[in-house]
Amino acid sequence: MDEAGGNGNDSRSVVSTRTMEAAVAALLFLFGATFLYQSYKLGFGWATEGPQSGFFPFYVALIICVSSLVVFVNALRGKAGRSDEAFVERGQLKKVLQVLIPAAIYVLGVQLIGIYVASAVYIALFMRFLGHYSWVKSVLIAVIIIVAFFFMFEVWFQVPLYKGVWDLTGWTGY
Amino acid sequence: MQDLAYLFHGFAVVVTPFNFGLMLLGIVLGVIIGVLPGLGAANGIAILLPLTFTMPPTSAIIMLSCIYWGALFGGAIASILFNIPGEPWSVATTFEGYPLAQQGRAGEALTTSFTSSFVGALFAVLMITFLAPIIARFALQFGPPEYFSVYLLTFCSFVGMGKGSPAKILASMMIGFALSTVGIDIVTGQLRMTFGLTSLMKGFDFLIAVIGLFGIGEILLSMEEGLSFKGAAARIDPKIVWETWKKLPRYWLTFLRSIVIGCWMGITPGGATPASFMSYGAAKKFSKDGDKFGTGVVEGLVAPETAAHAAGTSALLPMITLGIPGSPTAAVLLGGLLIWGLQPGPLLFQEKPDFVWGLIASMYLGNVVGLIVVLSLVPAFAAILRIPFAIIAPVIVVICSIGAYTVNNSIYDVWYMLIFGVIGYVFKKLNYPMAPLVLALVLGNAAESAFRQSMLASQGSLGILFSNGLVGGITTLSLIMLFWPLISKGLRSVIPSRASKAPAEQPVD
Repeated sequence: MDEAGGNGNDSRSVVSTRTMEAAVAALLFLFGATFLYQSYKLGFGWATEGPQSGFFPFYVALIICVSSLVVFVNALRGKAGRSDEAFVERGQLKKVLQVLIPAAIYVLGVQLIGIYVASAVYIALFMRFLGHYSWVKSVLIAVIIIVAFFFMFEVWFQVPLYKGVWDLTGWTGY
Repeated sequence: MQDLAYLFHGFAVVVTPFNFGLMLLGIVLGVIIGVLPGLGAANGIAILLPLTFTMPPTSAIIMLSCIYWGALFGGAIASILFNIPGEPWSVATTFEGYPLAQQGRAGEALTTSFTSSFVGALFAVLMITFLAPIIARFALQFGPPEYFSVYLLTFCSFVGMGKGSPAKILASMMIGFALSTVGIDIVTGQLRMTFGLTSLMKGFDFLIAVIGLFGIGEILLSMEEGLSFKGAAARIDPKIVWETWKKLPRYWLTFLRSIVIGCWMGITPGGATPASFMSYGAAKKFSKDGDKFGTGVVEGLVAPETAAHAAGTSALLPMITLGIPGSPTAAVLLGGLLIWGLQPGPLLFQEKPDFVWGLIASMYLGNVVGLIVVLSLVPAFAAILRIPFAIIAPVIVVICSIGAYTVNNSIYDVWYMLIFGVIGYVFKKLNYPMAPLVLALVLGNAAESAFRQSMLASQGSLGILFSNGLVGGITTLSLIMLFWPLISKGLRSVIPSRASKAPAEQPVD
């Protein structure tokens, strides 16, 4: 992890808490509205066999819409102070994305080459580029961890893990 | 007295070498989980749950509940030595624990907090031992309306006793309910809310939500800080333990008050985190050293630790007697029960006494063993925090992914986990509580079918929720809880009282 402290550029706010509050509330409202529409289509009334399938989700979605509206209004009317603070600063967002984006690529990797190979590559690259370890150390530690996992899951607990679309560990016989 | 005989039988179940070994393993794993930021009790147990599918249920629950006890102990280590709460309920522990460690009294602080945790848990288990069979017998008469009113009380309590914005608590809870309706409608068998996607047909598994929200979300939050751990050295020798134990009995009143707060907050779904803060606040108010709090007062360490453990333990009481978990971790354990083919609730006491009393016996033994393990192995656990975060972070992501995959052997679940991780990160930063979401997702189907069955019985009249004293009482209490934020506002305008001085940095759980 590189220490970015003191860099003025990195402490700039990306988005204020107030904006984020309002945006999340708006998204929740959309989510609620979608469910509301779906349960309306299913029927939210009373049938011969009792409440219809959409009955319960309808009221649940209604409460989501109402409470997200309340949060939205509160966010806009919010007193200065916490809501004007940064939701996330540039440097922070950079660090979060440094984990999140590789993690998403990792999950894609799991889908293609299986959990074991993808995990080893992910740990090694993470250590090399974010931890600034030497290549030798990174690869060595990653391989040790993954071999340990392999034995734990495949051999001891007999829980087979995903081997991927292109099975690269087939030669192990598990 | 029949129950006591069952309890002794339960001890016999636990002390078989296999179960005892699992208990030790569970506690050590639990402490590690508790020490590491990003791995908590709830997601740790969710990840390890699939490993227990092949075990006998009694052994499995012993191991998983011991992970819980271990995590409760472990949270304190990171708080006291590194000023990093390993778990949300150990935030209040840092207030007094870290100053003590800085004064070179780390050993004393650790001993105090472990002992307090132990005392809190012990009393909660005693309460469970005596109350659980009574509640279970009583609950045998429950029908759908009774169950629905208890669910109602559970969820309304979040609003009434939760910290933070009631609108956010409600929103978070209803998202959980909404997600629980995705898939096949269990009453009519109709598909709903799938938006035509086959991958949504089987619905959302709450274990995936737990792993994403608490695991990935927490890692993203920790990354923001760019954590570099700098901690005090820890060494505990028998002399320090003995010296500390001699001093502790003088805080009996603090212990007692914290136990009561903890048990109450644990049974009602307040959870361990609010319990620890409430107890810390109460100790500060009633202590004659109140103004010295924050500088390393032992009493201020006793209070949150006792309450957190009492709450964490008593959260299992409604879980085993009614099938209603009192905390996200209890919810995960409940999910485990269902997977092993056990239906939690009052019948469990009659049909599977081995299981229930084995679990209760393991709570006693697990806490005793846990206390010994943490007291003797603190330096080893503290060393875990010295492993650089650049190694820990990717390994935790890998462990979470493996955990998410093994729940249903589905690769889609790993993607959902990642999405829940981002949601968890945003929600945590905006103070949306996550416990209501998880509990609603777990209980959604049960609550919905209880409601629909009640409505069928009454031909659609809500009056059935007031049809007898029991149901009516619980429903009324629920409504009071639901509107408590408004009621307390009204009361405060009539009777002006001192503003509560709860610490501002209290996290929502």
